[in-house]
Amino acid sequence: MQYIDPHIHMVSRTTDDYETLAKMGCVAVSEPAFWAGYDRGSVEGFRDYFEQLTEFEPKRAGWYGIQHYTWLCINAKEAENVSLSREVIDMIPEFLDRPGVLGIGEIGLNKNTRNEATVFLEHLELAVRTQSQILIHTPHLEDKYQGTRMILDMLSGDSRIDRTRVLVDHVEEHTVRPVLEEGFWAGMTLYPVSKCTPDRAADMVEMYGPERLLVNSAGDWGPSKPTAVPDFIMAMRKRGHSEALIRQVVYENPLKFFSQSANFEFQVAK
Amino acid sequence: MNRADRSAQQVLEAEVLNLRAKLLEVAAGLDRIDRGAEPLADAGTMETFRGAIETLLRPGPNRAERIQLLFSRAYEDSWRENMEV
Repeated sequence: MQYIDPHIHMVSRTTDDYETLAKMGCVAVSEPAFWAGYDRGSVEGFRDYFEQLTEFEPKRAGWYGIQHYTWLCINAKEAENVSLSREVIDMIPEFLDRPGVLGIGEIGLNKNTRNEATVFLEHLELAVRTQSQILIHTPHLEDKYQGTRMILDMLSGDSRIDRTRVLVDHVEEHTVRPVLEEGFWAGMTLYPVSKCTPDRAADMVEMYGPERLLVNSAGDWGPSKPTAVPDFIMAMRKRGHSEALIRQVVYENPLKFFSQSANFEFQVAK
Repeated sequence: MNRADRSAQQVLEAEVLNLRAKLLEVAAGLDRIDRGAEPLADAGTMETFRGAIETLLRPGPNRAERIQLLFSRAYEDSWRENMEV
C-alpha cells in the first residue's frame, strides 16, 4: 500500500533508510525541524539546518522516488534561549516560500515552562502573519497531558487561527479526545517504548474514527523505527479493517491536511 | 468502528498470547525490582505503578486513558495568569 509518513526526521537517518521506505510503499515524507541532540549556538546554525531541509533532503529523498516536504522552527527544547529563538523566528521567512516548505513546526512545549510558552506564542504570531500551516509537538511522558492542555489553551485563545490547518502531534489516549473535539488534526506517533504502539493507534482509530487522524514514525536519531507506519497498516489488516479505511489514515488524510499549504505540490505516483 | 463481526471472544483469542506475555513482563519486572540490593529510594513511582495495576482491575472502559492520567502531571487552567504569559 502506498503511504505518506507525515512526521519523520530524515536528516538523522541514512540513505539506506530512504531506500527501505520506498520499498515499503512510502511515497512522501514531511520533516519538521527539531532538536539535533544538542543546543545550536547561533542563528547561522539554524540557517544551515534549514538549507539542508529545503535543498539536500528533497534531493536525497528523490533518489528513491520519495517526495520530501518540511516545516521550520526552533524546537521547544531550545526555547529557553529566548533571544536566540527570536533571531530564528525573524529568519524563518527567508525560507517559507521555498518549494516543499509546508509551514511552521514542530513548535510546542517540552517541560511546559514560561519561556517555552512565550516562544510558542511568537511562532503562532509568525504563522498567522505568513498564513502558514502549523505542526505541533506535544511533550513527553508525564508532561504530555499538562502541556497539551496548555497548547490547546493558547491555540483556542487566538481567534485568527484556522484549526483545520493545525496538526497537534504525538497524541495518546489521554490527549486525543480534546485535540479532535476542538477541531484540530491529531497525529499518533509510533515509537518502540514511549508514545504509541501500532495496536494502540489502531484502537484510537476504532474509538474516534479516521477523520483528522494521522499516524507517523517520527523516526529520528533516538530509538525509533522509520518503517513504523507499515507496522500500523499490518495491525489494522490483522483486525480485518478494510483497505479503504487504512488508506484513508495513511495516505488520504495526510494529503488532505498538507493540501492546505501553498507549497504542497504532490505528484501522484504511477 | 470496532469490527462488528469480531466478538469479544474473538478479540480475546487474538490477544491472549500478547497480553499473557505483557502481564508476565510486568510481574518479572516487579520481581527484578524486589531483588535489588538496596531499598527503593523512590517509593512514589512504585505507588503510581500500584495505582495503575489497581486501575486494570476496575471494570469500565478507557483503562489506558485512566492510567495515562495517573502517570501525568496535573493541569491547572489558571496557568496563563500564574506564568503571566
